[in-house]
Amino acid sequence: MDKYNLNNKYKAIVIGGSAGSFQGVTKILSNMPEDFKLPIILCLHRLKHVRNGFVEALSIKSQLEITEPHDKEHIKKSRVYLAPANYHLSIELGHTFSLSTENMVNNSRPAIDITLNTAAYVYRNKLIGILLSGANKDGAMGMEHINQRGGRTIVQDPIECMIDTMPTAALAVTEIDHVLKVDDIIKFLIELNNAYK
Amino acid sequence: MFEHTFLPYHHLIMKEIDIKDLKRITELIRERHNYDFTNYAMSSFKRRILRIMDMHNLTLDMLFKKISTENTFFDEFLSEVTVNVTEMFRDPSFWRILRDDIIPAILLNHKSFRIWHAGCSSGEEVFSMAIMLKEMGILNDTSIIATDLDTLILDRAKSGTYPAKNMELNNKNYIRYQGTSSLDEYYTIENGKAIMDKSLLNNVSFRKHDLVTGDIFNKFDLILCRNVMIYFNQNLQNEVLKKFHESLFKYGYLIIGSKESLIWCDIANKFIVVNNEEKVYKKIKD
Ligand SMILES: C[S@@+](CC[C@H](N)C(=O)[O-])C[C@H]1O[C@@H](n2cnc3c(N)ncnc32)[C@H](O)[C@@H]1O
Repeated sequence: MDKYNLNNKYKAIVIGGSAGSFQGVTKILSNMPEDFKLPIILCLHRLKHVRNGFVEALSIKSQLEITEPHDKEHIKKSRVYLAPANYHLSIELGHTFSLSTENMVNNSRPAIDITLNTAAYVYRNKLIGILLSGANKDGAMGMEHINQRGGRTIVQDPIECMIDTMPTAALAVTEIDHVLKVDDIIKFLIELNNAYK
Repeated sequence: MFEHTFLPYHHLIMKEIDIKDLKRITELIRERHNYDFTNYAMSSFKRRILRIMDMHNLTLDMLFKKISTENTFFDEFLSEVTVNVTEMFRDPSFWRILRDDIIPAILLNHKSFRIWHAGCSSGEEVFSMAIMLKEMGILNDTSIIATDLDTLILDRAKSGTYPAKNMELNNKNYIRYQGTSSLDEYYTIENGKAIMDKSLLNNVSFRKHDLVTGDIFNKFDLILCRNVMIYFNQNLQNEVLKKFHESLFKYGYLIIGSKESLIWCDIANKFIVVNNEEKVYKKIKD
């Protein structure tokens, strides 16, 4: 117990992922209890023109409700939010979402850097950022930003990643608090959740 | 407007700008140029300002000075601070609903009708509309007003000229929309540019109009305002929605972007949801 020395100051979790992250994400989500005490915000690279199907696929094994947020929707705990296709997803002060059609960043829309950066700005040291398997460098800057704002950073252990470019890029640009396999990310999140009881 | 320029995004990601400096910028713009960005969504507005500073290599002081003294710079600034990224037949499923359900419903009661594209950007949405109406055989029964606050982008819309490489995505969208022809029937390629058939614009008028400070100028049967209010905060969304409500005939339609919602707005009860997936609303109360 208490391996990660967590407390209940955290307000949100953001998870970024790309190629090879789907399994990891579904495994994480399927292991979260339905009363999970924080919101989980997912920014995953996806096909730009396919609007439907992703939420459904993620929901199959999850006890948490997963939705694609509407613009200016309020962020609530025990909910999972997935960045919609073809929009960047930002967090606003006041804990609402904003969508945007700005140019692609790192060849991606949604771009993980944008979600992580805005979340780091709003949640400061009360944010946990997790970066999973992926084939480009999106998310590395965002992790650096989270680090600078005092948040906690986790990358999936490159050994376990189908494609390790993304976590490796983050490890190269900034100090990462934990390098964990998916099973340990799950343990981390369960321990975190217990800190709220 | 300069969306095509490649930008090393990492440069600006590390830079921060204080909220109070952003407020000073919006105040200056309001005083000098009569545009009001006070209630724009903070996250994207901040990114845009940082991006402009990065593109032009400006410090905050330089930015202030240029905004106050250089009018040509300000036109560019205005174009860059707003997000102009758009596509033809964006969200093809929406265009199918429009063609198969909404327009036929309007035609039940009207022989001719009026459309407003609010925040039309470089005009792709307007050309999509014109092409759809033409294929339905009713283009000449409509009058279309397309507005934006950005005059540089309106010039691009009027010219109907786009980088040829954009047409790949536009074609894909058109195919998903299942139009009755082929998109390349409506443009020719010259020197790497796609030049749209201008006859599509016979009943279209492009006008400069600011949704924030502008007055209500006409009444419409159908208003499209997609991916514009996402750049506003909720207060401003509320205010602009009131303007749309006033600009619609009773039983007229308002359509917003597929991930936007009216349900939080003060006057949501004056509309009903016609199609929730595609965000089609109908005004039912004055
Ligand atoms: C992302 S584009 C949307 C284009 C198109 N409707 C679509 O969905 O693809 C947003 C447009 O809104 C315009 N805009 C932003 N603020 C505005 C305002 N206050 N009044 C009018 N237009 C505005 C911008 O100049 C930009 O061209």
